[in-house]
Amino acid sequence: MKLIVIAGPPSAGKTAIVKQVIRKYSGEKRCAYLKIDVVRAFEDEELAAEFVIPTKKVYSGDVCPDHVGILVMKDAIDWAESEGADIFIVESAGLCLRCSPYTTQSLGIVVLSAISGVNTPLKMSAMLALSDVAVVTRTDLVSQAEKEVFREKIREVNEGLDIIETNAIQGTGLRYLFRAIDDQDEISDPEKIVLKGAPPLGVCTICVGKKEIGWQNHFGVIRKLEGADFLFRGD
Amino acid sequence: MAYFKRHHTHYYHMQPRTIEEITILPGRNRNENTENFSSIAIHPGDTISIVGPTGSGKSALVNDIEIFAHGDTVTGRTILVNGEQAPEDFVRDPAKKPVALITQNTKCLADMAVEDFLGMHVRSRKIDDDRIVEKTITLANEFTGEKIRPGVRMTSLSGGQTRSLMVADAIMVSDAPIILLDEVENAGIFKEKVIECLKMHHKALIFVTHDPVVSLLSAKRIVMKNGAVERILEPGDEENEALAEIIRMDQTLCRMRELIRAGEIVRSVNPV
Repeated sequence: MKLIVIAGPPSAGKTAIVKQVIRKYSGEKRCAYLKIDVVRAFEDEELAAEFVIPTKKVYSGDVCPDHVGILVMKDAIDWAESEGADIFIVESAGLCLRCSPYTTQSLGIVVLSAISGVNTPLKMSAMLALSDVAVVTRTDLVSQAEKEVFREKIREVNEGLDIIETNAIQGTGLRYLFRAIDDQDEISDPEKIVLKGAPPLGVCTICVGKKEIGWQNHFGVIRKLEGADFLFRGD
Repeated sequence: MAYFKRHHTHYYHMQPRTIEEITILPGRNRNENTENFSSIAIHPGDTISIVGPTGSGKSALVNDIEIFAHGDTVTGRTILVNGEQAPEDFVRDPAKKPVALITQNTKCLADMAVEDFLGMHVRSRKIDDDRIVEKTITLANEFTGEKIRPGVRMTSLSGGQTRSLMVADAIMVSDAPIILLDEVENAGIFKEKVIECLKMHHKALIFVTHDPVVSLLSAKRIVMKNGAVERILEPGDEENEALAEIIRMDQTLCRMRELIRAGEIVRSVNPV
């Protein structure tokens, strides 16, 4: 079974890409799908209805969705295997621009919308840095100049990244994504799968429920407006 | 060597491949029947219109050309470059793509001044010509009645100004040898002027259109039906009379539009 992890901000077109992938392999390979989201998600029901494939969702609620992704990943792989899946697609909530949900032994796909502004790739560098493929959606809607600059900004973050431009509704250009999926190795040993990136620093006093504003009211990991070093190990 | 005919020295280094011919090989219509032609060749300087009712497959044909389909799109068509499958970077790298597609949906989203916007594109292309922004704006202003000023913001341009600027950008900055215009004719641009200029720059021009002027100005008309090419018309001199008449009518409309814009009373359609 192949594992695909899809990340990207809300409304970037992640689910449209998932649909194109499932459509492409239908009748040839069996896909299973897991959606991780915070409070509400509907993609699992939509995909199950449209393609008649096994789907599941998990809500992270008060916990970071990318953390929940890692917590449930092993169970999820067992579930997808038990459904007889050849391709298991995990779609992240895509909320946090600090973390990246990609694991080893998977194909990490980041989905970005070309209409989100030319500096967006720089802002979501964590999601880009460890991905294997970047799919840029809605390229049919923007000018040539913006398309080119958007691509350069992605390259600035991750020079070797495989960039695929598409209108995800039509599926133009996705032949290169399908090639990347075809070339992806199957999971070799689920016991050895680990998160690719460096997770953010552990628990701070806000995480444990102290709500007062101002660093003076907190301890451990603290930050002042001025004079603090920028702490970002990134990837 | 560059594309068709080089007019910017920067392409000398960036684009070693010349496009001599684009070939469209038939796919299938919606009933899975093979299309009604053996092949369509497109050469530098050609003007082609793609016509047909809504939903007949015009935009799908343009998309096939844009991504150099090789039997992997819904239509099953294959698009060859100089008789061969297109190199991958023609499709994947927008800076190497020989095709510029401008549609009614194409927008400039960046809230920047026109000169800064073009400057951004020029820098990303690493073009060494400090007058290219100015030249691009001058060219765009030949296509539109409403003059574009370098300092005005992209987001406040009219539809016609934006389209004119994109066509000028495709010619001057992108230097794309094939320009696809998908239903952009109604946006208040001077069609004849655009066509004349693109021919002069030796571009292959492909229109998706319902516009009589654009259709009759094109040397070739591809007629679409049910997702497929139904027939290919090459009227030659047969339509000359109609063309002269429609151009006259179009000029009348343009003139009236300018009068209305200028705040004048229009007493006669054909002023003396």
